[in-house]
Amino acid sequence: MISKIVFGASLLASVSLLSSAAMAQTVGFSQIGSESGWRAAETTLTKQEAEKRGIDLKFADAQQKQENQIKALRSFIAQGVDAILIAPVVETGWDAVLEEAKDAEIPVILLDRTVDSSKDLYLTAVGSDLEHEGKVAGDWLVKDVGDKQCNVVELQGTTGSSPAIKRKAGFEAAIAGHDNIKITRSQTGDFTRAKGKEVMESFLKAENGGKDICALYAHNDDMAVGAIQAIKEAGLKPGTDIKVVSIDAVPDIFQALAAGEANATVELTPNMAGPAFDALKAYMDDKKEPPKFIQTESKLYTQADDPKAVYEEKKGLGY
Amino acid sequence: MNARTLPLLATVLIFIIAYALCYLQFPAILSTRVVGNLLTDNAFLGIVAVGMTFVIISGGIDLSVGSVIAFSGVFIAVMLRDTGLGPWPVFALLLVITTLFGAAMGATIHFLQMPPFIVTLAGMFLARGMAYVLSIDSVPINDETISVLQRLYWLMPGKGRLTLIGGLMLVVVVVGIIVAQRTRFGTNVYALGGGAQTARLMGVPVARTTMQVYAVSGFLAGLSGIVFAIYTSAGYSLATVGVELDAIAAVVIGGTLLTGGSGFVAGTLIGVLIMGLIQTYIIFDGTLSSWWTKIAIGMLLLGFIVLQKALVWAGGRRTEAAAGKG
Repeated sequence: MISKIVFGASLLASVSLLSSAAMAQTVGFSQIGSESGWRAAETTLTKQEAEKRGIDLKFADAQQKQENQIKALRSFIAQGVDAILIAPVVETGWDAVLEEAKDAEIPVILLDRTVDSSKDLYLTAVGSDLEHEGKVAGDWLVKDVGDKQCNVVELQGTTGSSPAIKRKAGFEAAIAGHDNIKITRSQTGDFTRAKGKEVMESFLKAENGGKDICALYAHNDDMAVGAIQAIKEAGLKPGTDIKVVSIDAVPDIFQALAAGEANATVELTPNMAGPAFDALKAYMDDKKEPPKFIQTESKLYTQADDPKAVYEEKKGLGY
Repeated sequence: MNARTLPLLATVLIFIIAYALCYLQFPAILSTRVVGNLLTDNAFLGIVAVGMTFVIISGGIDLSVGSVIAFSGVFIAVMLRDTGLGPWPVFALLLVITTLFGAAMGATIHFLQMPPFIVTLAGMFLARGMAYVLSIDSVPINDETISVLQRLYWLMPGKGRLTLIGGLMLVVVVVGIIVAQRTRFGTNVYALGGGAQTARLMGVPVARTTMQVYAVSGFLAGLSGIVFAIYTSAGYSLATVGVELDAIAAVVIGGTLLTGGSGFVAGTLIGVLIMGLIQTYIIFDGTLSSWWTKIAIGMLLLGFIVLQKALVWAGGRRTEAAAGKG
């Protein structure tokens, strides 16, 4: 009798083991490198998300080289991982290795960048919508200023880069139809702190010492941080005299938010792996095909969102 | 066993032991899939390392090869995009260019009596610069023939793939072994590495051999560039930075003396495979930083340099002892 119960229990246990085996156990992750703080945070979060789900994550840093990424993918396939995540360093040249993964029936998910291969070679791509980010920033400003007249100066990203083009277009779309808000000056700050400060200084000089500027829109936080410095040096109060809204949500901007020197930031979440693992689970467990593009949330943070706490939370991610 | 073959034997032994250790931890590493990957993924490095073996045996060094590979990729991509030429004429044209480029460096080294280090360093900047002039962006290659070449493989038992480019590397190695061991040119290269003065006295055409050595290296760098273009189906001017150093490391780990005069092409293949194996192990493990690859290769290099010094020293003592007896 007892042996029967034990047998039944062990059978039950093995059944439940089997069902959990449907979820990916081992996932390979080929990361571009650690060229920016954001990418380091993405790596940290991917590891955390995998651990949370009990997934054994095989991590390979490609040191910015495509050949290393191809090698990593081939090794993952040879090892027989259950799924592969990749943040591809360039768009071209992935067909052969993706086909190999497909032949081995290993689903591949692209993180935050895309490839020019045929869409049936990968399961899905997880990324942010750059234009949407710009729109979220613009919507915030529209709501914040209400009917008041507002002249905006814009610090663009690197000329011609897709974040610069799309974040500009999104912001413009948001303020279109609100005639009280006008972009009076727009120049590139190259996504850097130093350049952001320098260009803001020239904006301030050109706009009556800054008295004619109501808000600053920067395509990334780094330029905003530089511009805040310039505003302070010009004797104005950033966040009050000139509103500051930017994109990315890196830790430093939360310090500025906490100090009242910045007003809002839109998060480019480094947590691309969370949605990727969720899609993978749905695919493995229920055979549910995800859409080919999964858009991550572009969350808006303002001074009301306890920036101190967010700063503490983000600080440890490796930004 | 003598001082000439000992480094080669050490390399082979290290490779077998390392593979066995990897196998104990990850049984999947002993599969035709991994073997196929090692050959395919390191094809461009293997080919260029064969050329580097000849250069180092001759007592020289060629720092230009990494840039030449990048230039080749961009050249192929741009030519296929902008001209009506098919891939085969483009390949042929490219090989002529890179071979002449190598020969010109060889001529400069010999006739201007310049150190190979400086001349090929200039070549490195020149080739990289030319790649940038052709295109700054990564240029995709959308050619039917090339995508067919990319997909050509022989399915080994166990689902491993011996790809065309992996096979080509093995062919280059075999031809390299034959040329080094069985031809006049091969003998001249070894003689040149033993000392230009002695070689001249032995009747070796020093000028011609020097030019030929760098021409071979240039040709193989061009071939490696073709393989790399097929491998990634794109040309990118920032690609293969530092590959010349990987190639030198593979040659030295493969048992070739950095001072020239002694070494084997077969050893270079093993050197390339050892480096590939380290990388595979680190990816299989999945928790180590990939920079450990560089650390492991650095330590191996150091080990081999010490081994070489020790052998030269032991060899010197043996001759002394023999002289003493006589």
